[in-house]
Amino acid sequence: MEGVEKSFGATRALSGVSLDVAPGDVHALIGENGAGKSTLMKILAGVLTPDAGRMSLFGSPYRPTGPLDARRRGVAMIHQELTLAPHLDVEANLTLGTETTTFGFVRRAGRRAAIRDVLTRLRLVDLPLDTPVGTLSTAVRQLLEIARALLSGARVVIMDEPTSSLGRRDVERLFDIVRELAASGCGIIYISHFMDELRDVATRFTVLRDGASVGTGTLDAVDDDALIRLMAGGAPTTGTRAPSVRGTPLLVLDGLAGHPRPTEASLVLHRGEILGITGLVGAGRTELLRAVFGLDPVVSGSVTLAGIGFSADDGPDARWGRGMGFVSEDRKHEGLMLDLPLSVNLTLSRLAPVSRAGFVDGEKLDAASREWIDRLGIRAAGSNVAVGSLSGGNQQKVAIARLLHHDVDVLLLDEPTRGIDVRSKAAVWDLLRSLANAGRGIVVVGSHLPEMLAHCDRIAVMNRGRLGEARDASTVTAHDLLTEAVSVAEGRHD
Amino acid sequence: MTDSNAVRLVRRLGPFLGLALVLVLFTALEPDRFPTAVNFRTVLTQTVIVGLGAVGMTFVVVSGGIDLSVGSSIALSTIVIARLLRDGASPAAAALAGVVAGGVVGVVNGTLITRLRIAPFIVTLGTLQIVRGTAKYLAGEQKIDAPASWLAGLMSKSPDPSWLVVAPGVWALILLAAFLALVLRRSILGVHTYAIGSNEPTAVLCGIKVDRTKVLIYGLSGLMTGLAGLMQFSRLTVGDPTAATGLELNIIAAVVIGGASLSGGVGGIAGSLVGALVMAFLANGCTLVGVPNYAQEILVGAIIVAVVALDRSKRGA
Repeated sequence: MEGVEKSFGATRALSGVSLDVAPGDVHALIGENGAGKSTLMKILAGVLTPDAGRMSLFGSPYRPTGPLDARRRGVAMIHQELTLAPHLDVEANLTLGTETTTFGFVRRAGRRAAIRDVLTRLRLVDLPLDTPVGTLSTAVRQLLEIARALLSGARVVIMDEPTSSLGRRDVERLFDIVRELAASGCGIIYISHFMDELRDVATRFTVLRDGASVGTGTLDAVDDDALIRLMAGGAPTTGTRAPSVRGTPLLVLDGLAGHPRPTEASLVLHRGEILGITGLVGAGRTELLRAVFGLDPVVSGSVTLAGIGFSADDGPDARWGRGMGFVSEDRKHEGLMLDLPLSVNLTLSRLAPVSRAGFVDGEKLDAASREWIDRLGIRAAGSNVAVGSLSGGNQQKVAIARLLHHDVDVLLLDEPTRGIDVRSKAAVWDLLRSLANAGRGIVVVGSHLPEMLAHCDRIAVMNRGRLGEARDASTVTAHDLLTEAVSVAEGRHD
Repeated sequence: MTDSNAVRLVRRLGPFLGLALVLVLFTALEPDRFPTAVNFRTVLTQTVIVGLGAVGMTFVVVSGGIDLSVGSSIALSTIVIARLLRDGASPAAAALAGVVAGGVVGVVNGTLITRLRIAPFIVTLGTLQIVRGTAKYLAGEQKIDAPASWLAGLMSKSPDPSWLVVAPGVWALILLAAFLALVLRRSILGVHTYAIGSNEPTAVLCGIKVDRTKVLIYGLSGLMTGLAGLMQFSRLTVGDPTAATGLELNIIAAVVIGGASLSGGVGGIAGSLVGALVMAFLANGCTLVGVPNYAQEILVGAIIVAVVALDRSKRGA
């Protein structure tokens, strides 16, 4: 791949990426969340078409017309979320879409030998072909994904965070298989955040930052620190904020654990502070907020708000009732009712002030909505328009306005500035700061480190379900945070 | 997301336009027999049972659910009323018990749906059979005769007193529909109903007690079904365990023709009533014109599909 570019609307996801993988090579692709790894791999696997740049495969030009075409030419991707049909058996899954038929009926016997051969290579000698895939472990299912790739004659295999849901022993088996595949002449692109894993299995590397390849070489020739510096970019800068006045403790988490994540999270949020939680996607940040808000069950540990704890039966309604609000990262599916009016979306968690005797008062509803439309500068034709007709930034403001209408003390915000334009981002952060100054406590989960460093008072890093200690943003750098996020958590080798 | 105000207006008015079209069409075809006071009174009375069911069903459908058990539940109500009358209960007490029986079925539906986390379609497919069976058991598998009472006058086409103009059942439908339309549009329960149907995870996140609200919705719908059962009894003057078989589909059809979406979040009482009227006038007009029954059925079926297809295209989905 050479000089590959890709834009989505005004957003430039890739701006000149070059990558080369030789047969027999395990090539590590490294980069922060949002650096462009997934986009790049989707282009390679034929899911997206590049805007510019050249790709070639075994010396001839490579321009896949779609995922199927890519697969036919020998490029296969092993997705992070597995794509097997759980109700079908092993054989049906492996031959799905490439079945051989006689008069429209699937001829099963034909490819059994080839399947057996591939499964043997993957050390699944004893696996009965009629086992429903849903009953198998994650590790085995992952190997079946690889088996499917091999069956279709893949010569370039892309693996996206393949170890994220595997135990240590399964990881070792996977690594052995990856090395064998490479030895047999496959080229493998291996995406991971974890340095020790990469050093275990990969030989060469390419670092992506902000959609561009910023470094490539042999892993043995560089140390972790140099790699992280490439990922974070620039000189190490700390947050610019002077520490703000910290009030009394508001929200206290003590050894909070959910299933399967978070595994251990403790923190103290004070009045007047914006506390950032960062970490890799999949580290359990969203799960942490969901457990705090009573959306997911708490396995152990406690959530205490203003000195009083929540019981296991308390759900989101109890959280709202005591002054805690949550904005999900998934606005569309869990945040806004897109086909309902803005006014209803805004007041839904607390209709009491705008109603009388169980009935909503149209005028009060309108007045309450207009107040927030004006105060937050929400651009909408009126309080009665469907919220889905607003822009992303304005939708986000409505989602946050719900918390303000409810007059909560603690705001839990999951990626509040994702997918909105730069000006809306600044407006959201300004709003959060003024709320903090008014004595509220705010927890923000975010991935973009410069943004988090610029706006949070303290930042904690989540790593594989464990929440690290919150540190003053003025004393840490993006480099420090990234190091903590990609390091191997204790207990991983158990 | 193309819900501009113009599109919304068309959505709201669509069923009314359809009703107007049906009225104009049959007035033109049968100017002497169709647009008469007597005929309209007949059609209105015929709409009462489906109409009451559709008012309750609107809540269920807007919340993203469905209730297939209403036909059986109507039969159960007629049995409860007839047995109590036969055993000497006062007509008022028997009527009340019939309505409550429907409410109980609704609460059971809601409880099973929320407790067992089973899809409403499956739960009510089950209770459709269970309730029908229960009605047959209570009736000893035959019709139950009941002593004559004023309940028979509820659905009379010549109401007593005559200043009522239409049957008391029609008035009950109009008043309840008006009140419940207000509840669905304006009450907190109504707003929560739309919210749950529009986006349930968000409703949970907003602290709405979703399970409790659903039980309320199915219970309310059940009471309306019970009332429909009372009207059914009034029309038959006997308890019939096989009454209203398949009527749930007419009721759901009325709600859908009225503009509600079976995926929830969209719909209204007025629309559902108009949907019920469209079907009743269509049946009546076709009979007057001499269109055979099978053609009517094909026509109603085609209208249901066409209405939903039109709705889709309006929404640009």
